[in-house]
Parts: sequence; C-alpha cells; structure tokens
Amino acid sequence: MRFPEAFADTKTIKRGASIRIEGVEQDFGAFPALRDVSLDIQSGELVALLGPSGSGKTTLLRVIAGLNSPDRGRVLFDGENATGLPVQDRHVGMVFQNYALFKHMTVADNIAYGLKVRPRRTRPSRSAIRTRVAELLQFVQLDGLGARYPAQLSGGQRQRVALARALAIEPRVLLLDEPFGALDARVRKDLRRWLRDIHKQTGLTTVFVTHDQDEAMELADRVVVLNEGRIEQIGTPEELYDRPASPFVISFVGEAVALPVAIADGQVRFGGRELHIDTHGLRSGPARVFFRPADIAVAAEGNGDLEGRVESLRRTPAGVRATIAIDGYDQTLEIDSPLERSASLGGRVPLSLAKARIFPADENGGYVNAGDGI
Amino acid sequence: MSEIAITSAYERRAKYRPVTEDSPLARYALIATAVLFLAVFLLAPLAIVFVEAFSKGIEPFLAAFDDPDALAAIRLTLLVAALAVPANLVFGLAASWSVAKFSFPGKSVLVTLIDLPFSVSPVVVGLVYVLVFGGQGLFGPWLAAHGVQIIFAVPGIVLATIFVTFPFVARELIPLMQEQGKVEEEAALTLGASGFKTFLTVTLPNIKWGLLYGVLLCNARAMGEFGAVSVISGHIRGLTNTIPLQVEILYNEYNNVAAFALAVLLAGLALVTLGLKTFLEWRHADALSGSVRRH
Repeated sequence: MRFPEAFADTKTIKRGASIRIEGVEQDFGAFPALRDVSLDIQSGELVALLGPSGSGKTTLLRVIAGLNSPDRGRVLFDGENATGLPVQDRHVGMVFQNYALFKHMTVADNIAYGLKVRPRRTRPSRSAIRTRVAELLQFVQLDGLGARYPAQLSGGQRQRVALARALAIEPRVLLLDEPFGALDARVRKDLRRWLRDIHKQTGLTTVFVTHDQDEAMELADRVVVLNEGRIEQIGTPEELYDRPASPFVISFVGEAVALPVAIADGQVRFGGRELHIDTHGLRSGPARVFFRPADIAVAAEGNGDLEGRVESLRRTPAGVRATIAIDGYDQTLEIDSPLERSASLGGRVPLSLAKARIFPADENGGYVNAGDGI
Repeated sequence: MSEIAITSAYERRAKYRPVTEDSPLARYALIATAVLFLAVFLLAPLAIVFVEAFSKGIEPFLAAFDDPDALAAIRLTLLVAALAVPANLVFGLAASWSVAKFSFPGKSVLVTLIDLPFSVSPVVVGLVYVLVFGGQGLFGPWLAAHGVQIIFAVPGIVLATIFVTFPFVARELIPLMQEQGKVEEEAALTLGASGFKTFLTVTLPNIKWGLLYGVLLCNARAMGEFGAVSVISGHIRGLTNTIPLQVEILYNEYNNVAAFALAVLLAGLALVTLGLKTFLEWRHADALSGSVRRH
C-alpha cells in the first residue's frame, strides 16, 4: 500500500502542519465545554484526545477544525494564527463520527467532492479528478466500488470512504472523531492497524478523539487526557501508565484501586496500618493511595502493607488466582500468586504494594499534586 | 396418524383468534361504516361536480370557459399561486433551515408562529388584512397617499394566500431537516465548499422530495383558498375574482353548469395533487419526514 504519487508532488500544500492551542475556552450556555486548554502538537504527530463523554474532546477537535469558534484563546497552524480562519480555508481533513457521507452521491462522487467544489481557477481538470479518485480508492482498498452508494457499503468500508474523501483535499491536518466508534470489535482492530499505517505513509499531523483508552494507548504517540473540559495530562502512553498526574488519569487509564488514607508525621495510615509509602514532605491530612491491581501481591508473613481475607481460589496455568477482600476496602481484588505461596480459603494473607501513588486532598476536597509512592 | 394430528391442530388453531383481533362481525361493520361515510361525504360530492358540469353536454361546459370573467379568474388564480408558492418556498426553506440547524432564543415561539395560519380562521386573516391595509386601516392612508392599493386588489389576495399557505412547506421541512442534522453540511464545509454550494449540493438533494411534497400541498391550498381571499378581494368581476370566488358567484346566479365547470378545474387539481402525493409517499417514503403521515 502506497500513498498516491499525486500527493507527493504537490509542493503548494504544507503537509503535516504543527498545531498550537493557546488558552482555548468555550461555553455552551452556562456549561463550560473547554476550560483554559493549551496544547502543542508537533508536525506529523499522532495524538489521541481521550476522555469520558462530556469531557470536551469532540469540542476541542471541532475547534481545531474550525467548526466551533472558541470564546477565548487561539488556534495556530504552523505558528500562524488560524483562530478566525473559516473552516473552508483551514485545509483540515475531517472524518466524522458515523462518517457523514453524502447519501445521495456515489462513493466516487463523495471522494471527488472536495475537488469539485473548488473555485474554477484551482479546480483540477475532470480527468485529473477522476485519476485522483481512482488512486484514493485503491489507496483505501476499495477499487471497483466507486459506483456504489454509501448505503450499499459495510461500516468499515464507509469509514474508508470517509477517510479517502478527507485525504482528497490534501489536508494539512487529519482529524478523526471517534473513528472506530460504530464498528464491531474485529473490524476495529484491523482499522486501528490500518490507520497507523496510513499515518506513517502520509506523515500527516493526525488528531483523533476516543473514549477507549486501549485505542488511544495503542495508536497514539501522545495522549491528551481530558476531563470536564480541562486537560488532566498530556503524555506518551508510558508516561500515563507510569506517572499519572491526577487521580482521574490513574482511574481512567487502566484499572486502579483507590484507598482513602491519612498522612500524619510523614506516615501513611490506612485503617490501623501503616503503608510503606514515601511521603517526601507531603503535608499531613487526608489523601488517597492509588495502585494497579497488578502491583499488589501476596507478601511473606509479617511483611505486608495491607491484610485481606481469601474469599475464593481458582487454579490458573501459572499459579493460583485468589479473590481477596482487603480489610477496610469495600471491593474484592483478584490477585495472582505463585503456587508455593498459595493461601487457604478463608484464611488471612499479608499483601504488599510494589508501586502506588498518593494524592493528598486539597482545600476543596479534591485530590491533586501527585506523589510517587514506594 | 401424524397427519390426522396435524390437521386437527390446524383446525383447532383456526377457531382461536389473536387477542388483538375483533370478531368478523365487528370488523365488517367497522369497514362498512368507513366505506359508507367516504362514499356519502367524499365520493358522491366529487362525482356530482362532474355530473353537474356535463349535465347539459360538452358544449355548455366548454362555453363556460369562453366567458372573459371566467378566464380572468383562472389567470388570477394561476398568478396568485405563481407568486405565493415560490414566496412560501423561500420562507419555508429559510424558516426550517434556521429552526433545524441553529439554536437561538425564541425558537419555540417561531415554531408556534409557523403553525398559526393553521389555527386561525381564514376569514379572520382576511379581516385583519383589511384592518391593516384598508382605507381606514393602520397603513391605509399612507399607502393611499403613495398610490398603492392592496385591499380589493391583487397584492392583497397574494398576501392573504401567502399567509394561509405559509405552514405547508415549513411544516414538511422542519422535522425532515431536524432528523438529518447538520453533519453532512459540516462535512461539505470542511471539504472547502462555500455555504451556498453546500446548500445546493448537499442540503437541497437531501430534502428535495420533502420540499416537492410541501410545495404540492401549498399549491393546492393556494389555488383553492376561499375565506381569506373572499374578504380581501372585494369580488370585482374580471379583476379580483379567483376561481373559488367565481364559482360562488356563478352558483349564486343559478348558473350551475358554468359554476360546476370551473369547479371541475379545482376538483381536477385536487385529484392530480392527490395522485402525485400518493406517488411521492409510495416511491420516496424514506426521503419524506415522519410528519407526512400526519397530513
């Protein structure tokens, strides 16, 4: 699969613009959809906007596209202010959720649309448009389907048409809104790999919106985690996993267990026990300790941070998976332990934390300012 | 053995009706009532229009159209429809576009106002126009001073017709456009199309059947409108009489053949409209909005 030559020749189009977002805010009535969002996206980067619904991720994508104009703040493409630039002049390739294909046009006409509507002096000749459409159809592996209507295509095929249509205008930036949202699991996986390939070949700066953390972590160079209109953290998948900046990030990206604790005299106390977590000068008061289920293990006798009761045991190829109710925590955890240290049903076991993060409470009762644990 | 068992099972089933189905007697009674009602109140009058028109043969029927007043009425009706329908096409498009694609304060008030002509008696509409534009009316003196005549003239008839037929296009398009949303338009904009080009190449093709449907109903009503036009026209023969008004005048003069001959025109228009409407509903049901079934 190769990107059509016609694109490589075009000198006039700046491929892969960098995007800078400065202090963007947008309100929908009384509801603030974006609050002081600033973000730098490098040329050619593949960035995911990740967050739950209502977090403002789609609004941010629409601000970049020019479909929403922000109430405050600026959007720059390649260092040039594009805030007031109409959507038509931004040269963004946008792939909408559910694709937004033109129902009454054939696949070929859909792809050709962006070229056909150009003013006469920049419009390619009819034969050039035909050639371009054929190349793009081949590129998205839909050769021979140009005469079909969108209704006659599968979801995955429609997705490809939407992408070809967006690429036809030689965009500076490719924006995708929940690109795999409406597809079944198997097609999703194929298309994920395919999007990665396309990004590599085109070198386009690509931003996609998703609520699926696996998708974001697998595809993106960097992930922007949004919550309630604010950026919680920007980082590589590794950084998000290993150094989550807020309780929201650690809970949203991967599974996490949260324990309410208290910091006193440099010690972290949970129930009556002391957790061996470095507080490096955090102030005393209530806090929360977060850890991943994979970072807790059955410890040697008398050595644990926590203690729990074994509720059930299940043999697995590698050892035993125990369901353990931690004292003072209202949910059970599944913990794998090697055979030789397997516990007995109903018995009490010491548990140790390999890694944890502590977030002290702030004045407002929120939890901020991460501290690395252990 | 088994065959016998199956047969009896079928027989047994035949005796039982689904609980949602009425007894045959009730069904036939209901259907007969409906058919009778239709025959007496709809089909018979329609048939009588044609029977009366041709009661003295084809010659008197054709002669009715030789009358210059009748021809003037036909011309005026066509002129009014030719002005009112395009005006409502534009108003309807603008109204439904703004209601369906934007949110703004007072939107629900606008939607209610669009329905107003359906709930106001056409006679009241005519009277209101007389009060606003008439000689003693609000703008009457000013208009008279500038030599503009609206009441008892063609402009008044056109205005009243536009008012009465306003909801037809808008009512049809609003739900249709709301259902379609604006995502295809947004896609066209990101691909570089101007607003007008987006309207022509994306919006219009998506609503064309609904639009045609609305225009059809609007046209039928515009040509057949009686009440509002009757008040405002002044019944000046050969000048401000539309076909419905001319029919009334002829009928009051006991000129039955001529009255029904003109009525045949309106009835024919109704039948053609009905035919086209049925065709659209049958052929393009998916491209019309759910509101179609309400008409």
